[in-house]
Amino acid sequence: MENKFKPIKSYGLDKEKILKMYQDMLKIRYFENKITDLYSKGLMPGLAHLYIGEEAVAVGVCANLTERDFAVSTHRGHGHLIAQGADLKKMMAEVLGKETGYCHGKGGSMHIMDVSKGILGANGIVGAGIPIATGSAYSTKVRGTDQVTISFFGDAASNQGTFHESVNMAAAWKLPAVYVCENNLYGISVDIRKVTATKDLSIRAKAYDIPGIVVDGNDVLEVYKVTQEAVERAREGKGPSLIECKTYRWKGHHVGDPGRVYRLEKETEEWKEHCPIKTFRERLIKEKISSEEELSLIEKDTKEMIKEAADFAIQSPYPNEKEAYEDLFVEEEGVEVR
Amino acid sequence: MKVKKITYAQAVAEAIDEEMQRDNNVILLGEDVGILGGNFKATVGLYEKYGEWRVKDTPISENSFVGLGLGAALTGLRPVVEVMFGDFLMLALDQIGNQAAKIRYMSGGQAKVPLTIRTTLGGGRSSAAQHSQSLQALVCHIPGLKVVMPSSAAEVKGLLKTAIRDDNPVIFFEHKMEYNKTHEVPEEEYTIPFGVANILKEGKDIIIVGTSNQALKALQAAEELAKEEISAEVIDPRL
Repeated sequence: MENKFKPIKSYGLDKEKILKMYQDMLKIRYFENKITDLYSKGLMPGLAHLYIGEEAVAVGVCANLTERDFAVSTHRGHGHLIAQGADLKKMMAEVLGKETGYCHGKGGSMHIMDVSKGILGANGIVGAGIPIATGSAYSTKVRGTDQVTISFFGDAASNQGTFHESVNMAAAWKLPAVYVCENNLYGISVDIRKVTATKDLSIRAKAYDIPGIVVDGNDVLEVYKVTQEAVERAREGKGPSLIECKTYRWKGHHVGDPGRVYRLEKETEEWKEHCPIKTFRERLIKEKISSEEELSLIEKDTKEMIKEAADFAIQSPYPNEKEAYEDLFVEEEGVEVR
Repeated sequence: MKVKKITYAQAVAEAIDEEMQRDNNVILLGEDVGILGGNFKATVGLYEKYGEWRVKDTPISENSFVGLGLGAALTGLRPVVEVMFGDFLMLALDQIGNQAAKIRYMSGGQAKVPLTIRTTLGGGRSSAAQHSQSLQALVCHIPGLKVVMPSSAAEVKGLLKTAIRDDNPVIFFEHKMEYNKTHEVPEEEYTIPFGVANILKEGKDIIIVGTSNQALKALQAAEELAKEEISAEVIDPRL
């Protein structure tokens, strides 16, 4: 995980887009820090799987999507949702199990969904979102739109049968899907290198005759660039790609897991040196894209947004107990999905 | 009412055909549903009529092609997915029970899942224990699913059309021993609503309740009982 970067200007992005990427990464980091804080105060029920350290993946990928595209997330899904523009207040309220949350408190951290934004759900089952994303891509092909679907999943999910089954179908039918594997090295406590023979998971793309790309998942601009090529390819009807983003989960599997027994502190510290946010900030200043003052202001504003979201969530009521009996079935005509 | 005689398998194909004609968002997915017309010949003619994208032969990947249907259902289509033998539901239980059945509830009502999973039940074909189970009770225990058990061809047609139009995940169990049997079916278009039982025969002494082809067997039993001057009522709950 060397800190080797190409000049920011070489990516040909305007400053507004670059700073939005920076801010989106900050939103994720601060959101997750706030959750850790709320959990330690006993305000968060259930489970939350933190995305800290992996922010560049969600942000770099989603920066390529239009409002009409789709993304399917995972149990570690807050980052994907924030990068797709989900409402921070409704997200935070959902994590706290409140009535004002996206799912009226019935999903919690692992099941946040925003159908209106094409976010077809985080998921509590590892690898289960991969077929759903494939079905979304199939649907857009049948309906004849140019929408693309992103399937996010982790290194451990690549060993589920759903990965093989789904990528196989998408490749056979040239579906407009992009499979993004976030290789953070651990499935809970199990080191991917101990349960998988290949160094790179992207090599599996060869089996399906689709492009397989490895990228530094902590370099937001590189993630952006490789995803851009995959998204264009999908939109042009040339079929799916597999992108493996090499990254690292700073925290344990979920809040409450110190994440220490199964990995060395030295390894974690080395990855922290390759922090996607810190390194990007240094580049922005060094390459004179932005300034210390400008970035500090963005950081201050973003912190305020997260504080507002947390205050909103804390002050919101818990759902009425009747809520538990609602929404199992569509009782009347539902709202059409985009 | 004008009636015609068709097989149970033809009733399946007619129901899907009529719904595919009525709504371009209806698609059919599954093993051998296309060029072969289905392992039980219940989808004959649909591939030729609607083409390879609306009638898709899938690889043998039950869990993921049910998920494929689910993803399509979440994004505007109304898929009918065939799981050839009910025994194979066990390969797809995550997508059925943890995903399709739960997404509406866990999303707080944001999502809808207009997904019909057609599968089979019933033994009697000397196919041993992996191709003969009747697993309706298994899926009945999963919150978030509607489970439908048609008896005759007429019931198949009316209930399958309702299943396809329903905005919820429905598991539709067809009986393997019935596919080739011919029944009377109304000529004109009709649907049968969910939640209404079918009284096949009225009686005053006892009530026999039967689902799927057990309802038809119960009717035969009622005729036998009538010979002994016992008046049996026969009810098919349909689901």
